[in-house]
Amino acid sequence: MAFDWHRRLEANAVVFFILSFLAITVGGAVLLIPPYFLAGTIEPVAGLEPYSALEQEGRDIYVREGCNTCHSQQVRPFKSETDRYGTYSRAGEGIYDRPFLWGSRRTGPDLARVGGKYPDSWHWLHFQNPRDIEPRSNMPTFSFLSEHEVDLSTASRKLDVLRTLGAPYSDDEVSGAEAAARAQAAEVAASLRAAGVILDDQQAQSETIALIAYLQTLGRAVAAAPPKQVQLAPAAAPGAAAAAGEEGR
Amino acid sequence: MTSAQPEPVYNMDVVRGFALSALIWGVVGMSVGLVIALQLAWPELNIGPYFHFGRLRPVHTNVVIFGFTLGVVFAGSYYGVQRLCRARLPSDLLARLHLWLWNVGLVLAGLSLITGHTSSKEYAELEWPLDIVIVVIWVIYAVNFFGTVIKRRERGLYAAIWFWGATILTIAMLYIANNLALPVSLLKSYSIYAGMHDANIQWWYGHNAVGFVLTTPILGLMYYFLPRQVDRPIFSHRLSILHFWSLIFIYIWAGPHHLLFSPLPDWAQSVGMAFSIMLLLPSWGGMLNGLLTLRGAWARVRTDPILKMFVVGLTFYGMSTFEGPMMAIKTVNALSHFTNWTVGHVHSGALGWVALTCFATLYYLVPRLWHTPLWSQRLAETHFWVATLGILLYVTPMWISGVTQGLMWRATNPDGSLTYTFIETVAAIRVYDILRAMGGVVFLSGVLLMFWNVIQTIRKGSASIPAGASPHAAPLPAAGG
Repeated sequence: MAFDWHRRLEANAVVFFILSFLAITVGGAVLLIPPYFLAGTIEPVAGLEPYSALEQEGRDIYVREGCNTCHSQQVRPFKSETDRYGTYSRAGEGIYDRPFLWGSRRTGPDLARVGGKYPDSWHWLHFQNPRDIEPRSNMPTFSFLSEHEVDLSTASRKLDVLRTLGAPYSDDEVSGAEAAARAQAAEVAASLRAAGVILDDQQAQSETIALIAYLQTLGRAVAAAPPKQVQLAPAAAPGAAAAAGEEGR
Repeated sequence: MTSAQPEPVYNMDVVRGFALSALIWGVVGMSVGLVIALQLAWPELNIGPYFHFGRLRPVHTNVVIFGFTLGVVFAGSYYGVQRLCRARLPSDLLARLHLWLWNVGLVLAGLSLITGHTSSKEYAELEWPLDIVIVVIWVIYAVNFFGTVIKRRERGLYAAIWFWGATILTIAMLYIANNLALPVSLLKSYSIYAGMHDANIQWWYGHNAVGFVLTTPILGLMYYFLPRQVDRPIFSHRLSILHFWSLIFIYIWAGPHHLLFSPLPDWAQSVGMAFSIMLLLPSWGGMLNGLLTLRGAWARVRTDPILKMFVVGLTFYGMSTFEGPMMAIKTVNALSHFTNWTVGHVHSGALGWVALTCFATLYYLVPRLWHTPLWSQRLAETHFWVATLGILLYVTPMWISGVTQGLMWRATNPDGSLTYTFIETVAAIRVYDILRAMGGVVFLSGVLLMFWNVIQTIRKGSASIPAGASPHAAPLPAAGG
């Protein structure tokens, strides 16, 4: 092979780096743009609603504390995962998730289906000290969250920005975000008190409350609208199915 | 210092600045890495709102990637591009701005991450005002780098310049696209992408941060400093051409291997897997071009710690670019994803390839920047052995830990039920977390040896050129092949 042409290219910096730039744009263009336009890429999840003001605050606290560095929110379609966590993750669940929080390392368990798995009081005690609930846990203690009152000063603004990006909030939801968040926090606090957790007034409006409200949403819509069951073959005895699998696939 | 000194032909102030700042950030970033490794084994070490794993982990990654690695890349590329082009940087002011803005930006980045201001996207955590600062700095770097290339007094561009230039263009594209967000306030914003699209663009960025921060500019360092140190031309010009173009083209496609079995469209996952496997060839092309440059000079590796670091660095590059494509195969990924295997894989590349090549570059640069021999050659030799031992102590437990956890997660009893609870898998890998932290202690102590060695060298040296010495370095030997 003669590479003299390349020697000439090496002498022309402008052309060289224009070609380099073209080489590095192709892959991104092919991978990133079509998913926005190909039908069926994101199948809507029926009944999925955007986060309430308090849940969004809780989600932002989840991001702030870097919960995603240790917890994934992405259940893979394996039996061992769906048995452990619940239904596998679907693209349609994430249309209000900015940013996505799928994670990359499971130092702790996946949380995509944690909503409703434990009562609010379990989460409260677990954040106060994870080792009170599980002595072998290596999760940091997040008791400091219960000492910080949740900051709702930008709650309206946040919903407004999210609405600009596509979340279907009504004008009332945006303007009444702070009041709605306080009301929802009072509900969570009431459920904690009913379970015997002793809260002072500050703790009842704390960041832990918002975080619990967020965690309890995870997987909620999917639980209400499970994926369609695909019928692979008529029901048969397990042995027959295995034999068919061996020769058929 | 005095007016009797000859006017230096090249701007070496910026090179000295980045070499020193990289060294300091290296110590800081790796120390934070050690802290978070210990926190995994002893959760009591998580302290309050500011110093727990969730906030410190991005401090570790940002400081070692942007403070240490890119610091060495800036130093090495500014040193190399001026000599390869036989031209001074177009602007000393821009060079000084680059150095100071970058380091002030890193301090602000650390503070903002500790106080919880993060976008959560890995290696792109910084909030929008700092993103803008970084883009401005990147433009400054581009102006200085390409400005030098444009005013060069050398006809052709050498391979190191291809790799550094491609790095500058690619990082600009990736960083801007992935960080687009709508601000809520000065310190909070929401990504303009949601859910699956956000994941897709994040790992297009994330994987190519590995490709174009931890690979191509480091190859640039290897292409410039290895032939210099061994005083031989690079093994093959043709191989440089083939592996440069194929590497930069293929890398961009491989991002979806971070999202296998996720809601990303299946076709994109398959494309990502296929291109990841293809990536093996250009990667090994680079490794072989480096190693074969030493043909006929292997005896020198025995006595030269810089060459030892390059050789072992290239070997780790070959190993992790074999391991990476393997882990991108769906069936392997099903086991390795979400486990410590991934963390181990990253560190065999980051400690083995990136850090060793950066150390070699610093050991090459420091005596030339301060015009005096290295304070202790033996200490550098010790550093090499300590670093290599540290890497093995780090990576081996992570492999075992990752495979252990992956197998325990999927283990089922004869009746089909899961064998282990999640917490049992956490408890099972604790011993490996402790061993890994010990590997970190060993590796970090090597960096401290280098820190001491460099400080002592600077103390006896001088930034100005001694009278009578030529400011010109010997020209690079012509490429063969």
